[in-house]
Amino acid sequence: MKTDTGLEASVRVQRGALTLAVDFAAGPDQVVVVLGPNGAGKTTLLRVLAGLLAVDSGRVVLDGEVLDDPATGSFVPAERRAIGMLFQDYLLFPFLSARDNVAFGLRSQGIRKANARRRAEEWLARVGLADRAGAKPHELSGGQAQRVALARALVSEPRLLLLDEPLAALDAGARAEIRRELRRHLDAARGTRVLVTHDPVDAAVLGHRLVVLEEGRIVQEGSHRDVSAHPRSRYVADLVGVNLYRGQARRGVVRLAGGGELTVASSEATGEVFATVHPRAVAIHLAPPEGSPRNRWQGRVTDVDTLGDRVRVRIDGPVSVIAEVTPTAAGELGLGPGREVWAAVKATDVVVYPA
Amino acid sequence: MSGRVRRSGSLNDTGSLPPDADGMPASGTRARTRPHPGGRVPLAVVLVGGAAALFFFALPLAGLLGRAPWSRLVDDVTSPVARDALRLSLICSVCATALAVVFGVPLAWLLARADFRGRALVRALVLLPMVLPPVVGGVALLRAFSRTGLVGEWLYDALGIQFTFHTSGVVLAEAFVAMPFLVLTVEAGLRAIDTRYEDAAATLGAGQWTRFWRVTLRFLAPSLAAGAALAWARALGEFGATITFAGNIQGRTETLPLAVYLQLETNQDLAITLSLVLLAISVAVLVLLRDRWLGALR
Repeated sequence: MKTDTGLEASVRVQRGALTLAVDFAAGPDQVVVVLGPNGAGKTTLLRVLAGLLAVDSGRVVLDGEVLDDPATGSFVPAERRAIGMLFQDYLLFPFLSARDNVAFGLRSQGIRKANARRRAEEWLARVGLADRAGAKPHELSGGQAQRVALARALVSEPRLLLLDEPLAALDAGARAEIRRELRRHLDAARGTRVLVTHDPVDAAVLGHRLVVLEEGRIVQEGSHRDVSAHPRSRYVADLVGVNLYRGQARRGVVRLAGGGELTVASSEATGEVFATVHPRAVAIHLAPPEGSPRNRWQGRVTDVDTLGDRVRVRIDGPVSVIAEVTPTAAGELGLGPGREVWAAVKATDVVVYPA
Repeated sequence: MSGRVRRSGSLNDTGSLPPDADGMPASGTRARTRPHPGGRVPLAVVLVGGAAALFFFALPLAGLLGRAPWSRLVDDVTSPVARDALRLSLICSVCATALAVVFGVPLAWLLARADFRGRALVRALVLLPMVLPPVVGGVALLRAFSRTGLVGEWLYDALGIQFTFHTSGVVLAEAFVAMPFLVLTVEAGLRAIDTRYEDAAATLGAGQWTRFWRVTLRFLAPSLAAGAALAWARALGEFGATITFAGNIQGRTETLPLAVYLQLETNQDLAITLSLVLLAISVAVLVLLRDRWLGALR
């Protein structure tokens, strides 16, 4: 008897230079977002879950049913898995109308044409495309094609819904609205939902739980809030926009792996830790600062980027750091590449957590 | 130091650009002619050579059209010899094309999709009939399928099947020379298909056969049509392998090209009429494939 226990996957796959070694679970009540840079193995992971690619070793179980297990020789191919998949560039069949694209899955299951078309039209209405049922894919806008592809993936009410960069092919203007729309459909869908993206905004808006994949491995997982509060890799830190350090903590001082040290407020943390500093918490001085900040060091400005009403200043020194200041401050201090400056960070602004 | 000197020299060159600006229109003209490499060859040579080649192609066709017995065309085309040859040619070329499709598509599939050792060898083997003199193909077919051939002997003794001097022999000979055209065209078509569409179909619950019929074949249709048309045209014009392998018996193995050749001895007007029929068909195939093949060359 199948129960809705969701997905349990232990995946080991070698594809060219990529070694994918991932263990993860996704409950039927969640949207799990797999976030990672290009080439991290996200699409490969989805292909494994879809049954388009078999694991070299490991096991894939959906709602108690073993889908892939080389140890016992069992493998359920994609066409016999109750899945729906939304591909990055949608892959709508160009020779079929929107209606027949959505009906394709139902027809493959042996449902009669009239019935399949009726249900397809219901789904097209649900994604707001009732009037485009007869249109061929090349007559649809990017957003419309995305919604047709979504309807096509959802129409057979899959136990596992897989979405591969569902918003990547859209232009920025349409993306926000389609994202909201997608969120509504994802929340309404039953079954386990796994979404792959390289866009942190997608991850924040669409996912209940975040899995960060880098170079074929999971580097971090948890709620979006946990992950952004406690980044565990350079990639996540860059996405969140904080300075990330790693080092050994002892009695309120973290000796950084890359040299230098940071004084922290709490003396409780010991051993291997991560430390983050928000760029806003970094003050820049032209002379050695005298005052409360426990951390101060001299460095050289290497980069100055203006982002709207803020200026991001990269300072290389014993501890390399990115500081964020106002354009006025940057102007008054004459910040430019090569400028010798002092950076200061209060101990209370350094966040420390175990590595 | 020397690097610095050279650098300042290049600066001077840039500095001397304005005086050169007077020459700009002239260099502009040069730039316009440069994209055509042929522009360097004297125009006269190109014109004369091109005209000669064109003349060379056009003259025989003009001769054929000029000598055509237009007034007796209908009578000639409906004469028994012509009617037999036409009927036989149509039947055999269509059968040969069908054979080429039935066996050629799987072969093209193997060449395009399967990864196996010796694929280059298989492709060479498939290509061979395209470059092989047809008469050699006929001799080879004889060695294989005649009553004394490798397989033919057994086929005749065990099943009573004989290809030589039989319409089935014509079909076999035509399929032999025509199949490569289909295989190559379909293979190229298969390679051009984005296989992720088949993946998408699989995730929608379509099994292998459904994927093939409803997705792959739909994408393949233009290539398959083009390949079949090319193969059919080649089969229709087949002469050497047919006359060598199947012989020349009116109503049984005498196809249009064979009839043209034989009528040339006795009834030249009829030969010309039949040639015109073949010419018309060739032109029709060209027109049909215009977008696909000539378009690619443009």
